[in-house]
Amino acid sequence: MSQQAEPTDCARPGPGSAPPTGPTDGALVEVSNVEKVFRRGSEEIHVLQGLDLRVARGEFLALMGPSGSGKSTLLNLIGGLDRPTSGAVRVAAERIDRLSDRRLAAWRARHVGLVFQFYNLLPVLTAERNVELPLLLTSLSKARRRRHVAVALGVVGLAHRTRHYPRQLSGGEQQRVGIARALVTDPTLLLCDEPTGDLDRKSGDEILNLLQRLNREYGKTIIMVTHDPHASARASRIVHLDKGQLSAEQPA
Amino acid sequence: MKFLALIAANLKRKKLRTLLTILSILVAFILYGYLSAISRALNQGVSVAGADRLMVRHKVSIAQPLPASYAGRIARVPGVQAVTHASWFGGIYQDPKNFFAQMAVVPEAWLAMYPEFLLPADQREAWRRTRTGVVVGRKTAQKFGWKIGDRIPLQATVWRKMDGSSGWEFDLVGIYDGAEKGTDDTQFFFRYDYFDEARQFGKGLVGWYIVRVQDPAAAAAVAQRIDDEFANSPWETKAETEGAFLRGWAKQIGDITTIMAAILSAVFFTILLVAGNTMAQSVRERTDEIGVLKALGFTNAQVLALVLAESCLLAGLGGTLGMGIAWLLISSGDPTRGALPIFFFPTANLLLGFGLILALGLAAGILPAAQAMRLRIAEALRR
Repeated sequence: MSQQAEPTDCARPGPGSAPPTGPTDGALVEVSNVEKVFRRGSEEIHVLQGLDLRVARGEFLALMGPSGSGKSTLLNLIGGLDRPTSGAVRVAAERIDRLSDRRLAAWRARHVGLVFQFYNLLPVLTAERNVELPLLLTSLSKARRRRHVAVALGVVGLAHRTRHYPRQLSGGEQQRVGIARALVTDPTLLLCDEPTGDLDRKSGDEILNLLQRLNREYGKTIIMVTHDPHASARASRIVHLDKGQLSAEQPA
Repeated sequence: MKFLALIAANLKRKKLRTLLTILSILVAFILYGYLSAISRALNQGVSVAGADRLMVRHKVSIAQPLPASYAGRIARVPGVQAVTHASWFGGIYQDPKNFFAQMAVVPEAWLAMYPEFLLPADQREAWRRTRTGVVVGRKTAQKFGWKIGDRIPLQATVWRKMDGSSGWEFDLVGIYDGAEKGTDDTQFFFRYDYFDEARQFGKGLVGWYIVRVQDPAAAAAVAQRIDDEFANSPWETKAETEGAFLRGWAKQIGDITTIMAAILSAVFFTILLVAGNTMAQSVRERTDEIGVLKALGFTNAQVLALVLAESCLLAGLGGTLGMGIAWLLISSGDPTRGALPIFFFPTANLLLGFGLILALGLAAGILPAAQAMRLRIAEALRR
């Protein structure tokens, strides 16, 4: 199991750093000529078709597109949750599509923070235990894990709800716990799949404010899948997908 | 240890289901513990039998006596080191329910033959000096509150005295302890010379002989020589090792070990299905959560280990509690009030019990664990 050097060291590069507004030559994420084919019986479904995408370090990218356009599939490939049928996925210059299952799991633990539409918290664990989950894969002591959890919950404004179970929290609070869980290991990438999709406008705005703050103040690279133009407006760049291909790209 | 909270939390997910599964495992292990103690009790003689001792009885039945004069002839058989005899008394102390074995023996020869009966030197001497003296095991003495110097009356069921009465009185001169946990310390030994002189009939006869052989490896050959010695006489003999004799005795009730194994196999198979079903349901219900764990970086092997650990914890809680309760019940005493003089939870069975707990946990958890391990993240998160 890999140990995180400094989980929840959210101070890098520090509040006030100017985020990049578009891809640079030193891309953090590089998706090259990626295809993803699902088989359903004898039928082949081409979800991604020769797709190329580059995401710069510190960027806040919104992936938009209609249902079935391949947004979540692309996010899964970038997060190492799935493998492309062909093509390459590089994150920080590492070919993650070639890693073994075991190494890919260790890579995810070290480099990726995931935020889900339906929060995906474990209902049997308190907020702090949920946030602690990724740290169980490190060699940090219990005391240090607790400190990191407290920092992460503090960043999302839930320091006072640590002992609450998910059922005792509102949707917005549950999503903030989900973000704290994604942040607690100080990952390279924050991947958000419809993070406001299950929330009302007010709670959704709070989550978007939080994500924007993580990007602007803490320099977190964020890729967010969304249907919602209101949400995508918070990103520094918007990429549209349609039928498994990039259809348009625009600065927010 | 850091994963323990996660494993334990999963068991609290459906408290009633977990509780019922734990209870079913618990009952199975109470049964296991109790049957282990009963099996050990019924086979106790076999396990403590001396490898160098032979039992010599009448060829027809142990109920048929043999002449006391055989002692000298047996002693002369090549390979025999020592010989003594015992005679069953079968008296009643106050109530027929107060059962314990009573035998007329020759004190010094008996204690020399059975060194596992530990008797202090002064009590040996007292037995030698007191014709009506009796030595009893610690457990029986404690059960009836007897102490040295007490006069103990027994009502004979067979052996009337010369005056026609059936009341016999003995003076308690010694209390013996067992050298090992499995030694029977419930018996009641009194002097053969007093018994033979005072009984109305059967004089000059003994119940059976116990022979110590010089070489345990030659025990079977010595037994054959003894039987040959008395072949075609009015009292033909059947000599066999003490272990074989006691096995035959236990088998009069039935092959307890086989019966116990059959009952427990059926119980454990049922429990395996119950626990396996619980684990399978539990894993199926949280497919998405397993997907999340993998997405967070848990490896396939870690997910497999988490589910197996959960299954083992479930079996461990039920099994350990069950064996604990069995131990308490067994410690409270022999349920037959004396028919099972040795009644305890054998250490070997206790250790085997923990092995069974582990095996049950692994067997119940392996299929759901493998299913969880093979789960693809993207597929699990889509559900």
